[in-house]
Amino acid sequence: MPNIVPFKTFSSIAVPIDIPNCDTDQIIPGRFLRKPNNDPNYHLYLFHDLRFNSDGSEKEFSFNLKQFKNGKIFVSDINWGCGSSRENAVIALKANGIKSVIAPSFGDIHYNNCIKNGLLPIQLSESECSLLRRQLHQNSDSEVTIDLGTQSVTGPDSTIYNFKINSFDKLRLIRGLDDISLTMEYEEKIQEFMIDYRKKHGWAL
Amino acid sequence: MGKTLFEKIWNEHIIYEHDDGEVLLYIDRHLIHDLHYRSFASLKSQGIPIKEPGKLFGVPDHSVPTTVKNLKDIPKGEMREAIEGLQRSAKDFGYVHFPITDKRHGIVHVVGPEQGITLPGITLVCGDSHTSTHGALGCLSFGIGATEVEHVLATQTLWQRRPQMMRITITGQLALGVSAKDLILTIIKEISAAGGAGYAIEYAGSAIDKMSVEGRMTLCNMTIEAGSRSGIIAPDDTTISYCKDLPYAPKGPLWDEAESFWRTLRSDKDAYFDKELTIDGSAVIPMVTWGNSPQWALPISGSIPHPSLENDPMLRAEMEASLDYMDLKPGTSLSAIPIDTVFIGACTNSRIEDMRAAAEVIKGKKAKVRTLVVPGSGLVKVQAEMEGLDKIFTDAGMEWREPGCSMCIALNGDMLKPGQRAASTSNRNFQGRQGLGSRTHLVSPAMAAAASIAGHFIDVRNLYKEL
Repeated sequence: MPNIVPFKTFSSIAVPIDIPNCDTDQIIPGRFLRKPNNDPNYHLYLFHDLRFNSDGSEKEFSFNLKQFKNGKIFVSDINWGCGSSRENAVIALKANGIKSVIAPSFGDIHYNNCIKNGLLPIQLSESECSLLRRQLHQNSDSEVTIDLGTQSVTGPDSTIYNFKINSFDKLRLIRGLDDISLTMEYEEKIQEFMIDYRKKHGWAL
Repeated sequence: MGKTLFEKIWNEHIIYEHDDGEVLLYIDRHLIHDLHYRSFASLKSQGIPIKEPGKLFGVPDHSVPTTVKNLKDIPKGEMREAIEGLQRSAKDFGYVHFPITDKRHGIVHVVGPEQGITLPGITLVCGDSHTSTHGALGCLSFGIGATEVEHVLATQTLWQRRPQMMRITITGQLALGVSAKDLILTIIKEISAAGGAGYAIEYAGSAIDKMSVEGRMTLCNMTIEAGSRSGIIAPDDTTISYCKDLPYAPKGPLWDEAESFWRTLRSDKDAYFDKELTIDGSAVIPMVTWGNSPQWALPISGSIPHPSLENDPMLRAEMEASLDYMDLKPGTSLSAIPIDTVFIGACTNSRIEDMRAAAEVIKGKKAKVRTLVVPGSGLVKVQAEMEGLDKIFTDAGMEWREPGCSMCIALNGDMLKPGQRAASTSNRNFQGRQGLGSRTHLVSPAMAAAASIAGHFIDVRNLYKEL
């Protein structure tokens, strides 16, 4: 079960990640998938092969730069988190304190994995994301504020961007709900469904 | 208004619908592989039992070595721990598990359909994005994350939102030497790696009607590479005869009940699709990818594109990054690219039809580069050996291995060295996918076999002229 912290309004340095179609293999390479979630080195697995040379020295990568190291928000490009369903990608983000990723579009499975772990995926337009990334590169201490209640992002130049999120997902994030206990409240409905389902689709049991 | 095939199955499985459209969905089949072995300890620590162990099936595949068939021959470490962990949980929780010693063992997405665990009209999930494969049999299948895996174990349900509907109609027929792999690469090139995000994709049309279940699985498998979690194809006579008498398929009167339901599973004539696309199947030619996203695919007759001709600066940057990583120069003909390794296998292309397609091309010839042939399951292996395909591969100097995911994800020791270049029948050409610094070109089994013989990419259709 993921450790979910209720989502609160916060401000942080935002980190530009200029990779379109950034697949989850880049976010965390396959060879780390068998590591336990509480591995003390988990934060190093995030973007490992893009951040580090084989001798452990740092490569040129935005998240390695001094001004971005403490960022808790990523601003990325289209199709962020496409590819593999590995939830380890979200674990690696959380291990670095990342609370939100802003992108024009997300891989569907990764989007769900973020929600289930209390990490807020925010969809803004391609031009808005690209403008934000440009501003972040240009200004050395660029803070971004995220307010889930009002569904708004405040950019480094104080521009306010509104975003959409499904009401059920919003409730999950704000309350820090975990789905298993939520679903168990529906046990009666599940039982009712099963009575009908057994009659109708006995072949599928 | 009529309903789509996807909606019909979806509606049968709705337990409860939330105000904002989120649905609690009943799950008929849950497949689990070795990378999720920790889910069981997690549930145990919370004191949560498995809701319906009879609907859970375990197959270790990602960490499985392809050179040995026994646990004791696997050195102690992460790989063995994952395989053993899954096996132990099967014993503890009492669900069906196919251990590596079992001849039915293989890649979870090959074993499911082969055993009749996958059936038309059901909902099926697995903690793996290539669960889209199973939709080839006319079921609603999709990949899920680890938290969702635990949720299904605990409740046999999932909270989901209905995706939008897309239909891709493939007219005409695929030509000789052109396969489902070439078709799906053509589709991804057309709609992009993000084109299917938020959609379930139904494939239809004359090329699909004629396609084998194996080919349909290849198509649905790589649907996730177009951004869509679910590919689906209406069950027809081909599907129904494929499922008949499989070990876990219904028998007797239950089979009759199932079949009459399956026969209703077609999109209605007036069903609404949010997006429709038609592709001329007859015009598809063998494809090769050149970049680090499956959308960067080209017909074998093509050349590496010039990023300087791309107007969109972001696309141009992505192309340049790919060319840099792949060490390729604009203007180079695809057929001039030399390769170090060929990998024939993965849940995309490791079924018997794929083995036959590769063997047909290789027969009587020699591999010029290291070539691994990894069947998708023990049953595929046995069948291939009965047909003498293994002999064709080994006579050509290729390695005939035990089943598993192998070099598709490089988690079992089968991998490329940094800088090495592979022609691969797998599904992802991402940076580092086949090992740190590896360079992957995605192709069909026939094209991979042809590349093995030549040492570089060639148009396999030219070889058929000689056959």
